[in-house]
Amino acid sequence: MTAIEEVPLSPAGNPMGFGSMKRVEDVRFVRGEGNYVDDVNLPGMLHSAILRSPYAHARIKSIDTSAAEALPGVHAVITGKTLEGIPRPSLLGDNFAWMPTLSYDTQAVLATDKVRFQGQEVAYVIADDRYIAKDALELIDVDYEALEPVMDAKKAMDPDAPVIRDDKGQTDNSITDVHGNKTWESGNAIGTNEAIAKAQADPNCVVVTQEIMYPRVHPAPMETCGAVSYLDKVTGQLTMYTTSQAPHAHRTVYAMVAGLPEHKIRIISPDIGGGFGNKVGVYPGYVLSVIGTIVTGKPIKWMEDRSENLMSTSFARDYHMTGTIAATKDGKILAVDVDVLADHGAFNGVAQPTNYPAGFFNIFTGSYDYPDAHCKVTPVYTNKAPGGVAYACSFRITEAAYLIERLVDCLAAELQMDPAELRLKNLIKPEQFPYTTPTGWEYDSGDYEKTMRLAMEMVGYEELRKEQEEKRARGEYMGIGISFFTEGVGAGPRKDMDILGLGMADGIELRVHPTGKAVIRLSVQSQGQGHETTYAQIVAHELGIPPEDIEVVHGDTDQTPFGLGTYGSRSTPVSGAAAAIVSRKVRDRARIVAAAALECSPDDLEWELGRWFVKGDKERGKTIQEIALLSHGSLELPEGVEGHLDATAVYNPPNLTYPYGCYICVVDVDAGTGQVKIRDFVAVDDCGTRINPMIVEGQVHGGLADGVGMALMELIAFDEDGNCLGGSFMDYLLPTAVECPDWRTGETVTPSPHHPIGAKGVGESATVGSPAAIVNAVIDAISPFGVRHADMPLTPANVWRAIQGNPVRVDMAIE
Amino acid sequence: MEITLTINGDTVTKDVEPRMLLVHFIRDVMELRGTHWGCDTSNCGTCVLWVDDEPVKSCTMFAVMADGRSVTTVEGLEKNGQLDPIQQGFIECHGLQCGFCTPGMMMTGRWLLDQNPHPSEEEIREGISGQLCRCTGYKNIVHAIQWAAEHPAEEEVTA
Repeated sequence: MTAIEEVPLSPAGNPMGFGSMKRVEDVRFVRGEGNYVDDVNLPGMLHSAILRSPYAHARIKSIDTSAAEALPGVHAVITGKTLEGIPRPSLLGDNFAWMPTLSYDTQAVLATDKVRFQGQEVAYVIADDRYIAKDALELIDVDYEALEPVMDAKKAMDPDAPVIRDDKGQTDNSITDVHGNKTWESGNAIGTNEAIAKAQADPNCVVVTQEIMYPRVHPAPMETCGAVSYLDKVTGQLTMYTTSQAPHAHRTVYAMVAGLPEHKIRIISPDIGGGFGNKVGVYPGYVLSVIGTIVTGKPIKWMEDRSENLMSTSFARDYHMTGTIAATKDGKILAVDVDVLADHGAFNGVAQPTNYPAGFFNIFTGSYDYPDAHCKVTPVYTNKAPGGVAYACSFRITEAAYLIERLVDCLAAELQMDPAELRLKNLIKPEQFPYTTPTGWEYDSGDYEKTMRLAMEMVGYEELRKEQEEKRARGEYMGIGISFFTEGVGAGPRKDMDILGLGMADGIELRVHPTGKAVIRLSVQSQGQGHETTYAQIVAHELGIPPEDIEVVHGDTDQTPFGLGTYGSRSTPVSGAAAAIVSRKVRDRARIVAAAALECSPDDLEWELGRWFVKGDKERGKTIQEIALLSHGSLELPEGVEGHLDATAVYNPPNLTYPYGCYICVVDVDAGTGQVKIRDFVAVDDCGTRINPMIVEGQVHGGLADGVGMALMELIAFDEDGNCLGGSFMDYLLPTAVECPDWRTGETVTPSPHHPIGAKGVGESATVGSPAAIVNAVIDAISPFGVRHADMPLTPANVWRAIQGNPVRVDMAIE
Repeated sequence: MEITLTINGDTVTKDVEPRMLLVHFIRDVMELRGTHWGCDTSNCGTCVLWVDDEPVKSCTMFAVMADGRSVTTVEGLEKNGQLDPIQQGFIECHGLQCGFCTPGMMMTGRWLLDQNPHPSEEEIREGISGQLCRCTGYKNIVHAIQWAAEHPAEEEVTA
């Protein structure tokens, strides 16, 4: 907000509302006093470890656990057979060996018949400590019959491909969604085909088709996944400390999976060491910790090691996309058609709203105005880890933004037009908002050109192009890459968005104590976003209670109202809106109480920050703190007010919010080695109102680093035998401070018209927008070698091969 | 095996399994849980602490290797109820989000400043390049270390 400087300060020097404010959370973290799941230790607690499959595809002939069971310190060894023997009183199957995924598929908790990916859960050991538990894994003897694995998604539907999901009676590797569809389409197929055919026949038009792979990557938060579970057999209460971005949704899933009564389940998500989507899914390890406490009667801790995290929990992306873009020769985009082969791994574990099996991929139309678009997504099973949850992707929007921004650059190359000019020519104009896209989204607000011009000015675009020309003449290769992205976040309107039947609305509770201090209880869960700070700021903005007087409670299902949690940048758009609305409810009630105290009608009162006063007589008024005491006191309250200033709200968003931004990356490429150096990176974001600009910028920085990782380094590839080649940080490379430049950020502010405070959410913007900027810059740098496209990650080897005119598939270790 | 070592100034004697990693000893035996464990391959650096005033990844050492030595963890940074400037710098500059990498980053940052009170941005980036952060994109971590360089503790100034 431009008015941030005008926000008054609280007694502690914090903004009474929006503005940069130091985080409440930091005081414990810098002392090493964060409380992460692995820091939780309960009396009598036992530890556990999971035996995982070395094969990508194999039949289990037998499992001998006797030697492991005989090891001193081992309490139990559980296999799929054990689980098949535990009856489950639930509608989701009659035993514990299988569990539902978030996409109405089934996933093995422990393999019974076959293993279907390398790293799949096969047996579970409970022991006195984690060292003994790991020792016992070595003593379990599994007799496998190796089967041919399906590692190449492009061959998954071959007639002779081995069938992965024979457990479901399948005869091929297709995936069917809950509606019975095997492909997911969006947009206007006929109109788009016609527009492309017409353009092909028109000498004044061009059509460009490009295969673009977004390879498999992993969120890899610094804290792996884990749980400490304890079932109190006397009270029947299951308490679970767990790495969950969505504690309430998880509670409901455990109630369904375990057949336990939901009111007897308490999920506590303490401090979470990063999520990025990795902690949305329900994994077999979590379920096993519950089974472990049921079996032993003791608290059970399960913590993944890093290889388990990378090899078995939710990957992201793995989209093989073919995009076709048609345009006039002077650069007006006419139509885009996209065909996607989606690799979902061995179990369909994606976490998308039920009616959106390919997530929000159909936002691929991007930030441009054109009439015709269509996409078709075909999902297949392969012998890879399941998931596809996220990685800061807002439900497949990262894939979509990457696709359109690469396609536009391919078109610019074909037209020999400056990619900035091409974008400016096609951006949706401010007066077109709300703008309905060809695939049906209604973008809420935007002034795209302003944002793009600011980014170009900040980076010095014209000068850079001149420098590039001079350098090329000298045989030096620098590149400038632009990405203009639009996201749809804040899922979502419950009329058509749910996960496993749970509508995507979020509850909230606000209590104002007699002395005017407040407690707000959230359904969403921070994994580093700073909710304990920003939610207090929202309440301060609405009620004038200083942020330091507001306690934010989250991450405990017993202490907070129901809601779907934090992912897809949904906290601010959904729960943040709820915080504003619940505060306004309190403000309305305070007005009635103040009127009673001032012996006037509520209509006679006017609000200024923190105070109701009589219109025309500013001296006569009551502060929110005074009203809080009155509402708890002996004042005779008017009819209809029960007393106190507490309120609850559930926010059902009318639409998604649509943050956007323009990112420009400048790289130098060593054509001899393929080494890429990011020299400069400018990110201009428009996420509407900024509650805490310091936190917004911090989130942008983090997302930009994610983009560097995916564009240049990160990859989970497989060899033909099914071995995961990205199973540790030795192989799965994350960017360090050395690969990251000194980010430069800018902002424009176009509030969302339908959000109570105009905020749009920003958590994933930079992850969504940055990969295309970096790749576009690298391709721009090496375009003199005739390169129009190369797939991520653009490692030195891959860049060098592209320069040689010999690109290879990045997702498979094959030449 | 019985080992005796100093941890944050206190001398302790414990009986430990020879194969126990130092990071697990610090966390599970000594219950100092500010030191974290984030990978199996000594890449992430969330377990960085000091052994004899040198930063080490405590997952690369067995606890028994610390016998007779002096260990300092993040819990040892605060002195007399005053945060170390490196801790204050992380707060001032928003150098952390989820907080998981933070203790290790601060231990390296403090050591870096002890060796080189006025490092360049490049030296700071190089100094923390053995450690990973997924939240911050590193920019504000660099700022936090710069802030600490500009705001030394009283005793450092007088010394």
